[in-house]
Amino acid sequence: MKVVATRPQSLTNAKFHYCPGCTHGIIHRLIAECIDELDQRENSIGICPVGCAVLAYEYFNLDMLEAAHGRAPAIATGIKRILPDRCVFTYQGDGDLASIGMGEIVHASARGEKISVIFVNNTLYGMTGGQMAPTTLIGQVTTTSPYGRTVEQAGYPIKMAELLAQNEGSAYIARTAVNTPANVVKTKKAIKKALQTQMNNKGFSMVEILSTCPTNWGLNPIDALKWLEENMIPNYPLGEFKVKEE
Amino acid sequence: MAKGRVRFHTERCKACELCVHFCPRKILGVDMDTINLLGYHPVKVNLPENCNGCGICALMCPDLVIEVERD
Ligand SMILES: Cc1ncc(C[n+]2csc(CCOP(=O)(O)OP(=O)(O)O)c2C)c(N)n1
Ligand code: SF4
Ligand code: SF4
Ligand code: SF4
Repeated sequence: MKVVATRPQSLTNAKFHYCPGCTHGIIHRLIAECIDELDQRENSIGICPVGCAVLAYEYFNLDMLEAAHGRAPAIATGIKRILPDRCVFTYQGDGDLASIGMGEIVHASARGEKISVIFVNNTLYGMTGGQMAPTTLIGQVTTTSPYGRTVEQAGYPIKMAELLAQNEGSAYIARTAVNTPANVVKTKKAIKKALQTQMNNKGFSMVEILSTCPTNWGLNPIDALKWLEENMIPNYPLGEFKVKEE
Repeated sequence: MAKGRVRFHTERCKACELCVHFCPRKILGVDMDTINLLGYHPVKVNLPENCNGCGICALMCPDLVIEVERD
């Protein structure tokens, strides 16, 4: 018998604290599998966000740091510039990256920092109780948009992948989802490509991953995957937005 | 003979049922007779002889409960 699926070396044995069916856990596993397969476990440094993934340093069997809210790209920049041979990645939610951390991410991308960003978009602030984020969809009910987000009051959802793809410094930008087995496999390929982009010194890389928050969406885990497919993917199209050759 | 073998670390299972939903052979289900330390009814394999070892259950499990082997 050959092993088809087992715990990757780049994860510790700790139990995740995430809610049942929350796809943060799938994304953690994919990152760890990519780092194992690229043989970068001894060479990787990860930066955790503020958000539900705030304890990710307990879960990755790697050198990990915790950043202030939204500041992970700034810390990653410092580490990568001092230790340019390391594989440096950030793990950030949409509140962390697109709200309070908008300045850091846009400038890290514009500067072409050779870091990889794993951006988990679940359309709201999960950790603090489901408040509206810049990524919340028009009409979406959250605890701070109880009648649904309106354009008049809060403007339009921000499409981070498209936004950052415009920057010359961005070398690889993709958006994927983890709602089906096929999409999980595609997400893993994109994460690996982002890490390889960094290892080949091409520039900034980011994978925006559409993820679920069953708890704050008020849905069971399977219905949450359906909600993602029916509501998020039409607004946040999947694909590669920037692939810099050479 | 089953082509695949799945092993569940049931103490980690949160009964989200993503594995149950995506298993193409429909051989998984929650075990209503057991409660794990997390307080959930963990998943069990109802028909182990029908497992094809595809690994889809482990691919979709957010909590690394499942290990899969295949012939
Ligand atoms: C400086 C600062 N401002 C606000 C907060 C409160 N806060 C904690 S997590 C969070 C948002 C998290 O949302 P997101 O980044 O989308 O991650 P998720 O929890 O959904 O994974 C906020 C606003 C904080 N911890 N620090
Ligand atoms: S609050 Fe949402 S994002 Fe946070 S762990 Fe629970 S389901 Fe996941
Ligand atoms: S390996 Fe495939 S057939 Fe076997 S339990 Fe998992 S999903 Fe079902
Ligand atoms: S996907 Fe994992 S956590 Fe969810 S029910 Fe199946 S084994 Fe349990």
